[in-house]
Amino acid sequence: MGSQQPLEMILVRQLSKHLAIPVWILEATGELAFYNEPAEVVLGVEFADLGPLVSVDISEMFEITEVDGEPVPEDELPIMVALTTNRPSSRKVRFRAKDGIWKLVEVIAMPIVGQGDRCLGVMATFWELDE
Amino acid sequence: MRATLRGTRGSIARAGPKTVDYGGDTASVELRTDDGRLIILDAGSGIRSVEIEDQDTDRIDILLTHLHMDHVQGLPFFAPVLSPDYEVHVWGPAPILHTLRKDLSKYLSPPLFPVSVRDMPNTVFHDLHPCDFALGSVKISTELICHPGMTLGFRFEENGSSFAYLPDHEPAFGAVEFPDDPVWTSGFDLSNGVDVLIHDSQYTDSEYEDRVGWGHTSFSQLSAFAEMAGVSRLVTFHHDPSHDDEMLDTAHEELDVRANGYEVVAGKAGLVISW
Repeated sequence: MGSQQPLEMILVRQLSKHLAIPVWILEATGELAFYNEPAEVVLGVEFADLGPLVSVDISEMFEITEVDGEPVPEDELPIMVALTTNRPSSRKVRFRAKDGIWKLVEVIAMPIVGQGDRCLGVMATFWELDE
Repeated sequence: MRATLRGTRGSIARAGPKTVDYGGDTASVELRTDDGRLIILDAGSGIRSVEIEDQDTDRIDILLTHLHMDHVQGLPFFAPVLSPDYEVHVWGPAPILHTLRKDLSKYLSPPLFPVSVRDMPNTVFHDLHPCDFALGSVKISTELICHPGMTLGFRFEENGSSFAYLPDHEPAFGAVEFPDDPVWTSGFDLSNGVDVLIHDSQYTDSEYEDRVGWGHTSFSQLSAFAEMAGVSRLVTFHHDPSHDDEMLDTAHEELDVRANGYEVVAGKAGLVISW
């Protein structure tokens, strides 16, 4: 079929547009599919202002590190763990938002697994922690 | 390909003098392919009117979009499923935890119904995931579409022509704006550029306001969806049981006015569409 997203991904995106918590959605290919307005506030950049992004770009763009400042291997990011293992994953990380401010967040990522065990993508939420 | 609408009503059958034109039976469409195959779409009460022709082979395929009662209640009343002379293949959405056969057995078993699936001698059940497959010369594509419970839409392609069947569908569900980007619109790929689209047309715009999430389409959403998908002919379907012939005639006049680039065909019982 064509380029339309699977129904499960469409419904997750619709849901995220109605939520007041940040939601980030990746396709099964690792490409960023969408993030909602609360996520834009934390990330410091509107979704519409970003071009196509894959996970490696995301890691570099936001300079994601451990809490102590050490780099986080890309394959250990919660979104990548969820994507590659089909299991939920969480982690505290530090990143630099596009407005230049370093932020400490907790991330929870869960795989979107549809009928027939089709791996369709990942949905992640995150929230800022006090330093 | 040629389709005959055998049951056009949604939710529950409504027979009577006020529904003679559009029909009172629930969803079922008889599809005849160019290579002579009989494929039946959904098994609402309209399936009883499917005509088995002398030249038909002994194989019949029944494609179920989902298992709501208005789409399956006619199955045990369709004579070939109870006859050893026919090989009937029933295709439907694979449940998350069970099988199609097991889920159908919830209805087709006592005390809800005296006939069980075990009484269907030559019936084979096929669990369908979103995929492409072929029946003879017809390529069939299926995707999950927005409707409560596991629901499939179908697209058929044969000899360069195409047809899509989305009888229960709420593409605007949860959308902040509709129509949205086609990439993020349920049912778009199945309907994109088809010669004929049979689509849910259950609600008026005002009815939809009170029934968001019930899994159906309003008239104005239907117009927008058909235009977005670039269909050639739009056939209305799954008429609400509260809508009588007079009301539906008026609604179709309005759909005609809104149609931009496609023809609106009133989905009346017995209508034959060829393409």
